[in-house]
Parts: sequence; C-alpha cells; structure tokens
Amino acid sequence: MELLRFATAGSVDDGKSTLIGRLLYDTKSILEDQLAAVERTSHARGDEYVNLALLLDGLKAEREQGITIDVAYRYFSTVKRKFIIADTPGHLQYTRNMVTGASTADLALILVDARKGVLEQTRRHAFIASLLRVPHLVLCVNKMDLVDFDQGIFDRIREEFRQFSMKLDVTDLSFIPISALGGDNVVTRSEKMPWYQGPTLLHHLENVHIASDRDLIHLRFPVQGVIRPASAKKFHDYRAYSGQLLGGVMRPGDEVMVMPSGFTTRIKSLELAGKPLTEAFPPMSVNVSLEEELDISRGDMLCRPGNPPTASQDIDAMVTWLSDTTQLSTGSRLAIKHTTRMARAMVKQLHYRLDVNTLHRDDQTPGLKLNEVGRVTLRTTVPLFFDEYRRNRSTGSFILVDEGTNATVGAGMINGPAVDR
Amino acid sequence: MSYELSHLEALEAESIFIIREVAAELDRPVLLFSGGKDSAVMLHLAVKAFWPAPLPFPLMHVDTGHNFPEVIQYRDERVAELGARIIVASVQEAIDAGKVTEEKGPRASRNRLQTQPLLEAIEKNGFNAVFGGARRDEEKARAKERVYSFRDEFGQWDPKNQRPELWALYNGRHRRGEHLRVFPLSNWTELDIWQYIGRENVALPSIYYTHRREVFRRDGMLMAWSPFMSMMPGETVTTETVRFRTVGDMTCTACVPSTASTVEQVIAEVTASRVTERGASRADDKFSETAMEDRKREGYF
Repeated sequence: MELLRFATAGSVDDGKSTLIGRLLYDTKSILEDQLAAVERTSHARGDEYVNLALLLDGLKAEREQGITIDVAYRYFSTVKRKFIIADTPGHLQYTRNMVTGASTADLALILVDARKGVLEQTRRHAFIASLLRVPHLVLCVNKMDLVDFDQGIFDRIREEFRQFSMKLDVTDLSFIPISALGGDNVVTRSEKMPWYQGPTLLHHLENVHIASDRDLIHLRFPVQGVIRPASAKKFHDYRAYSGQLLGGVMRPGDEVMVMPSGFTTRIKSLELAGKPLTEAFPPMSVNVSLEEELDISRGDMLCRPGNPPTASQDIDAMVTWLSDTTQLSTGSRLAIKHTTRMARAMVKQLHYRLDVNTLHRDDQTPGLKLNEVGRVTLRTTVPLFFDEYRRNRSTGSFILVDEGTNATVGAGMINGPAVDR
Repeated sequence: MSYELSHLEALEAESIFIIREVAAELDRPVLLFSGGKDSAVMLHLAVKAFWPAPLPFPLMHVDTGHNFPEVIQYRDERVAELGARIIVASVQEAIDAGKVTEEKGPRASRNRLQTQPLLEAIEKNGFNAVFGGARRDEEKARAKERVYSFRDEFGQWDPKNQRPELWALYNGRHRRGEHLRVFPLSNWTELDIWQYIGRENVALPSIYYTHRREVFRRDGMLMAWSPFMSMMPGETVTTETVRFRTVGDMTCTACVPSTASTVEQVIAEVTASRVTERGASRADDKFSETAMEDRKREGYF
C-alpha cells in the first residue's frame, strides 16, 4: 500500500471541512466516539445539523471561536492507499500555514464555491501550490447542488482557472465537480451530473500516479551521522554513514563522490539494522559503508562523480517569510538549515516582493513581512550542496532560523547559484 | 523492481530519519519508554536507527506506582536485553515529598500527577530532547502538534505559537532550560503500529492479547479491578475475557472484550472496531472536551 500526502486549501465557507469530514465519513474513518463528541458539541452550539467541520478543530480556542488556527493532520486509508491530509486553514495566517502543509504534499486540493467561482483566494492558493512545486493539483468545484448541478457553471470556472494557471508552473491539473454536503463525486459517483465523465475525488486520490515524482537519476545522499560502534568487539571495524536518500538509486559497487572533498570511492555495502540491501532509493533511511576510509561527517553529501549537485555559498532563492515580529531585508543575518547542514546566511539583496494575488513584482519593498514572498540572494558561511527546487524539493529547500529567538522565520526554495546581476 | 515503498516502509524511513536527526543535533536526548505498544515500536525504531552501535541515549519511565505488573516485567526484560540505561521518575516519591497531591474519590487517578516528576527528571538530568510515542491520530489536540514540539522553561506547550515545520527540515534550536518533545510516530495510526508489530515481530506485554481478568463496568468501560481502585455502589467484579488496546496507569486504562491472541487477530479487531482506542479505553480523556490539550499545556506527554 502506497502513501499519498495531500494538502487542502480553502476556507470554511468553501466547505473544505465538510469535504474532509465527508471523505473520512464515507471511508469509515470516523469512529462512533468521535461522531458522538461532534454531535454533543454541535448540539451545545445550537447547530441544526451534525457539523462535520467540528471534527477538524482540535484546540479549545478553535472550538470557542469557530476558526481554524493551525495545520491539522488527518489520516485515513482505503485498500489502495494510506492518506495523510495536511488541512490548512484558509484565512488566518493563510500563507504560512499553506506553505507548511504544501511543503510535503504530493497533491494539493483547492476548493472553489460553484456560486462564487475563482476568487482572489483561489489564485493565491494555486500560486502557493505551484511555488512549493506540489506535483499534482486538483480543483474541486464544490456546492454544485446549489447551482442545480449546471455543467455550464462548472465549465466556466474550469476555463477561468485554466487561463490563470497557465501563468503558473503546474504540471498536472484536474477538475472535479462535487457536492461535499451530499457526497456527490466525493467517494461515490453522482447521478445528478451525468455530463461529468471523470473520476470521483477519492478515485483520483487513489490512482494519481506519484511514483515518478521522485528523482531516481541524480544520487543525493546527505550524511546524517557516522555509525561507528568502536566499543562493541564484534563490530570493531564497522563504519557506516547514516542518512535518507533524497535522489537517485544506490547499489553496492557503485562509484560515489563525496562533497565537499571531491574524493571518489565505491559503495561496499548498504544495510539497515543488519539487513543487507541490494539497492536503496528515496525516501529510504539506510547505512552506507564505503570501500575506502575517507574523512566524511554530517552535512557532507554522497553523489555520483558525473552529476554532482551545485556547491555554492551564493544562492538565488524565493523566500516565504513566516515571522510576525520581524522582517527580512537586505543585510539580515540568520541561521540556515539545508539538508543536514547548518550554517549562517546573510541576505545580500532582497530583489523584490512578489504579490501572491496578482503576481506583480514590487522591487521597492524595504522588507518582507509575515506571509510575504520575495526573491533574495543569500551568502552562506559554508558552501551548500543543492539542486534547483524545481528539480528536487528536498535538496532545493531550506529554512531560515532567527538566531535570537530560535524561531523558524523563513522557508526558501532555491532557483540556483547566484550570478552577479 | 519498482521503486516504491509501502506505507510502513515510508513511515519507518521517516521515523528513523527523525530519531537520527535528534541524536545528531541535540546533545542530551532521552526516550520515554512506558512499555506500551507505541513506545515499544519507537524503541524498536531507535535501535534500528543506530545498529550495530548501542542506543546513544537513555530511556525514561514515569512510574505512577499503579502499573500493570506484566508491563513492568516487560519493561525490565527489554531494558536488560538491550543493555540500555533507564531512569525511573516516580510519582509515589513526588507524593511522599509533598510535591503533588493525590486525587481523592473513587475516580482518583495518578495520570495527571505524572507531569511534575516528568518535568523534574528532565530538568535534573539536563535533557533537551525527549522522545515521546504520541501519534496525531490519537487525539484532536495531538493532531495539531509538531514533530519537534518546543517547550519553554516551564515545560509548557503553546499551541497557538508553534514553529512552522517544513519539508523534513526540523528546527531543534533552543535556549538552556528549554527543551523539545519529539514525536517520531506522529504520522502513524493505531493500525500502522499493529501492522508494523506484526511485520517486525516486536514483543509486547502480554496484556495486549486476550486473557482472563477481574473487571467491573464504569462509565461504559471495562476497568481492571486492582487494589488501587475503590469501587462505587452498584459496581460488581466479574471475570471476563479481555485485552488492552492502550496501556497506561491502571486507574485510568480500561480493557475491551477480546479473544485476539495473535497480531493478525488484533489487526482484524482494530480494523473492524467502530470506536477509537482512546475512546474505548481512556478515562483520562473523558473529563472534558479539551482534557488532553489542558494536560499538554502543563507539560504532559
């Protein structure tokens, strides 16, 4: 059974919580005691119906205020796949939360109210999904029941969104007309929309092809640690490097190059917990032993001699700012974490702020504030070994940490090495 | 061959990555080991993460003094087998020292009293990363918690002010006196845990499987009779065939009728169950809608 992670975006008004509630309910993932708790709360609030949206609001403040504060993770499975939903709230701190949810998602699900069509919020969500390079995007046109299941309305929304999405970098886009409240085209096919020939939402989630989203060509193995049980007699000479593969395939006997030293050697063995492996591929966590004893430590990277990542201290990147107390501006100094490497970074230049609603570039901006996206050049204290984010989401991403408060304040997506401009 | 991992393999790879990341970046980790199934799986993953090197951190158990004897026996066997070091933080000692006050009445439980000895042991030993076996599917407050969950110098969790957690780039930075709770099993469900126990032959305390036990009915749950329980009028003890879905303090953990004696039978039972594990067996969550959130804010697991 495969694992699919997806992020949902939209506000309560779009029926997002109802849709997730419906997915969980119709796949029998909501159990009786959870439903009973929701019924109690619904009743206490005076709701006329059992409010499935309440299933998703976990914190006291959320229940009291009827708002969603933070990303919530939900789990369900069918016979075909296990699903992890990153449910991101639509309004408050929308960008910060959606960026977080989308960063690990294989698929983004964006909701549109059929009566309202494509809104500014829809465009913003789609932009963030494309910025974070979520490989698959699904636009669910919800509340079809309120527009008499009219094909014309669905087609109009689809066309408008398609036009907008051409400005973005979206590789796989699907459109599904649904009614979350009635369950039409969510888990079961709707009899009210015979004009729609495509899959139901669940069928799409179960079958969308995600295996080829991973890079199996360019070997990327950041070293997490060195495993050397010197004290244990039996394993006195054992020495291996632990880590998780972020790209490529490794086999014993393969030639590898170590970054930053540039030395090459061969893989002696691959294993996990004493079980030898003939092959390792993303996202496996393994131990790698090499033929020769080289000086390798955490933060180094194994790759193939023919196609190493870029090694540079000057980085051109898009950054989303996540702090509500500070700003990012030219001259900011921060800690940076990239793969297993920790360093310090200085913002050499903030080039422009990108308006996430209009995609307009504002090059007069003095600083990036909470939820804003901009393009920067960074200089780091040591070289980072990276790929363009569009090629590899793991070796192309980094976080920025405030050295005073230790808070995570920025999320970065690498465009490439910085060139003088 | 196809380059696809099953969901269990993907979850295992993620958890091992998290455990290794903590050991590399934080100098004083500790792993909470209660002997329950989730901590058993977490310990199994930690051993795999560093093998053949020994576990690079100690274990800790917060002992309420009201444990199932089968669980303590299992805990001690597992610790001896691994040659691990275990720190036991005692609720009884905290009561004797007057640091916490025992609850009164027939529903008294030492569950909530665990927070004080836990925080004291973290502080005394200078631990800055505490691995916990909590899962996000368990409870609605936990569904919102980060993998690396920051705690201030009072051990408190502030759900409205959590660090954003992106990609697999975890931020373990903290000041002296602060610490992180780390949950490597965040993305596992109860069913995943059982499937993995089956796949990896993870040993568990015997009470997770069917056995005969003296029980009585309270609040719609089957509570295990023990000298720590005081009975209320109308409650009577009978002997039933049961097993435990979760294992905690004896005073707040209920059992369910079951004849499941193997992992496969437990999986079949869990799959067919229409009630969550905490709903079926945890009296501690039934105090209020936000019982877990309230405890977590104070520094609970």
